[in-house]
Amino acid sequence: MAKVLVVTSGKGGVGKTTTTAALGAALAQGGQSVCVVDFDVGLRNLDLVMGAERRVVYDLINVVNGDAKLPQALIKDKRLDGLHLLPASQTRDKDALTDEGVARVMDELRAKFDWVVCDSPAGIERGAQLAMHHADVAIVVTNPEVSSVRDSDRIIGLLDSKTAKAERGEEMEKHLILTRYDPTRADRGDMLKTEDVLEILSIPLLAIIPESQEVLRASNVGCPVTLNNPLCAPARAYADAAKRLRGEEVPMVLPTERKSFLDKLFMRRAA
Amino acid sequence: MSILGIFQKRNSSAVARDRLQLILAHERAETGRPDLVIQLREEILAVIANHVSVEPDKVKVTLERGVGVSTLGLDIELPLGASSKLDAKLASKIAQVADRAAKKAA
Ligand SMILES: Nc1ncnc2c1ncn2[C@@H]1O[C@H](COP(=O)(O)OP(=O)(O)OP(=O)(O)O)[C@@H](O)[C@H]1O
Ligand SMILES: [Mg+2]
Repeated sequence: MAKVLVVTSGKGGVGKTTTTAALGAALAQGGQSVCVVDFDVGLRNLDLVMGAERRVVYDLINVVNGDAKLPQALIKDKRLDGLHLLPASQTRDKDALTDEGVARVMDELRAKFDWVVCDSPAGIERGAQLAMHHADVAIVVTNPEVSSVRDSDRIIGLLDSKTAKAERGEEMEKHLILTRYDPTRADRGDMLKTEDVLEILSIPLLAIIPESQEVLRASNVGCPVTLNNPLCAPARAYADAAKRLRGEEVPMVLPTERKSFLDKLFMRRAA
Repeated sequence: MSILGIFQKRNSSAVARDRLQLILAHERAETGRPDLVIQLREEILAVIANHVSVEPDKVKVTLERGVGVSTLGLDIELPLGASSKLDAKLASKIAQVADRAAKKAA
């Protein structure tokens, strides 16, 4: 039986799809069987970030409507054993997803994999609520910036009231991924502090992902960042997050600005 | 005038935190998720209202977590002339409310 994760944020463009691909890949790199599911119907992107855009035949809506069987729609990753993608439809509207149909597909996915990672659309409307509905664990993706934190707070409220778990009276397990963290701005005091974000949202921290061009590079070539360059800082942070999700205790390292020797030399000259 | 805690000039990240705490406390209360900060604010407002009338938005409550110690900041702006009514008794009442809240927060 799989654990179902939803990667959600409220605000758009904060790094949900990046996180879904990276966590999904990191879990599979750890030997788990994983399916990442794109719930961003009409604006699908997970296929692109995973480099599977030309292999999409059937999508989530086809399976929900019974036009295709789940195995026909699943795309097996060519690089990484155990990693699968269930893409979203690019043309159809999210209203084509029925509650019952989604519930049935989620049950099927649950039986097939160790982990199901759902990439939520932005917003707090039906699309986002469908993506979170069947989750066991929620990953709240937040940027250290006021509007992102505010939207995360709204999403936490929905996770605690609108999900199947909440309806059963159970507590939704929630984790924070603070991403696009910029150590230079943090040092200057121009970025919300990690402890302030944690204090305000009061959910436990799963990872801090630094702002990094490696993320853009990975998405350019269609490869989750943990697979494209496993040693870069964001990949290591995501890999640690995956280990923590599996119950391992991994010490949290705050990203710091690493100045190169040349930088230091230059700074001294300039001073 | 400031009773407990003083807001100093700080960097933009601290301003962001204070603004967020304030707005989220309101939004949570609206969606039926009252949090400690807003409850505390209501209680303090009620205590002060017995003595002087203050604008609700002139009472600021912030919660700041440091290493091993949390700081509760109260910033209450009183109308002109009201400070004469503000005696030690009222101040200690407010301090009591704050104290209770701090225990809840711990
Ligand atoms: N750690 C990071 N460092 C640098 N860029 C990042 C990082 N994380 C995400 N990005 C970039 O931010 C942009 C938005 O990321 P992404 O598509 O993952 O966000 P999203 O939350 O899924 O957006 P949407 O709400 O539109 O679905 C992308 O261009 C991505 O490459
Ligand atoms: Mg996305």
